[in-house]
Amino acid sequence: MDTKCGILGQTGLQFFGRITASISHEIKNVLAVLNENAGLLQDVVLMAEKGIPLNPERLKGVAGTMGKQIQRADGIVENMNRFAHAVDENTKEIDIHETLSLLLGLTRRFADMRGVTLSPAYGNSGKFLTSNPFFLENLLWCFLDFAMGATGEERELTIATEENEHAIRICFEGLKGLAEKDAGAFPSERESALMKALDADFTMEPVRSRIVVALPKKGFR
Amino acid sequence: MSPIKVLLVDDEEELVSTLAERLALRGIHADWTTRPEDALRRLEVCKYDVAVLDVKIPRMNGIELKKEMEKKCAHTKFIFLTGHGSEQDFREGSQEAGPEFYLVKPVNIEDLMEKINQLLGR
Repeated sequence: MDTKCGILGQTGLQFFGRITASISHEIKNVLAVLNENAGLLQDVVLMAEKGIPLNPERLKGVAGTMGKQIQRADGIVENMNRFAHAVDENTKEIDIHETLSLLLGLTRRFADMRGVTLSPAYGNSGKFLTSNPFFLENLLWCFLDFAMGATGEERELTIATEENEHAIRICFEGLKGLAEKDAGAFPSERESALMKALDADFTMEPVRSRIVVALPKKGFR
Repeated sequence: MSPIKVLLVDDEEELVSTLAERLALRGIHADWTTRPEDALRRLEVCKYDVAVLDVKIPRMNGIELKKEMEKKCAHTKFIFLTGHGSEQDFREGSQEAGPEFYLVKPVNIEDLMEKINQLLGR
């Protein structure tokens, strides 16, 4: 990749690529399920033409599966659309809980592939900050990606938030394997660049099995 | 001739269950599972002629699963499925199974039938 776009540009494009590749995989899976169910309908119609009676319950089941998959695809595309619009504005007021929920929705497949259970432990009420939406999503993804690899044998990751007058802290908890991770490997150059851009700070707390990223409420201008 | 036995492994339950049903309508004995560890257990009670594996399965990828399955059942042949279609997946999958036995989702069932028969020389 052309290094002239800088570390933030490179990191951002890599993030965009990983997420969109995962979305395309999810959509492919939905299409594959729809394809098999449409094919099954063709099969039973062909059988009916040969005198084998149709089973209405089975047809209801197929219709139900197809309806569920269409809803699933709608959710995937909605998340994709929200993700794509993260680059629309340089700075805006952001509900961190909405951003986290979007990110967890976009990256659930990565967690599934690693056998990690993601547990959001923040409420429905919003916590707001002013920041760059795309850089923020990118930074949170970097932390989430690292945290998923530090869950140890238990493979459970809890995401919580804390707030004070000046900052919102996002806590990635349950990192039973944190002590075994190479302490010098994180944050890497990309996370450092994103934290600098967002005026964010982080602490690694192996005793409490967690890492915390602190984001200023007025952090990006 | 005894029916062909196929094991389908993919984390999309509604995909593998329906695919198994459609293969059964075509005279194939098809079992399915969404879990690689379950696939390995099944090999202890049933010898499959063909295993159809998703390249990307949670906890153990399809390539690793194939290697484990081969240790338990040397005569089983393999077909890979992928939703990604990335170059890396293609390289890995086609290296293991041969490029002609690497199918991209959504799959045409008649193509899958043809591949199964081709693998078994029928």
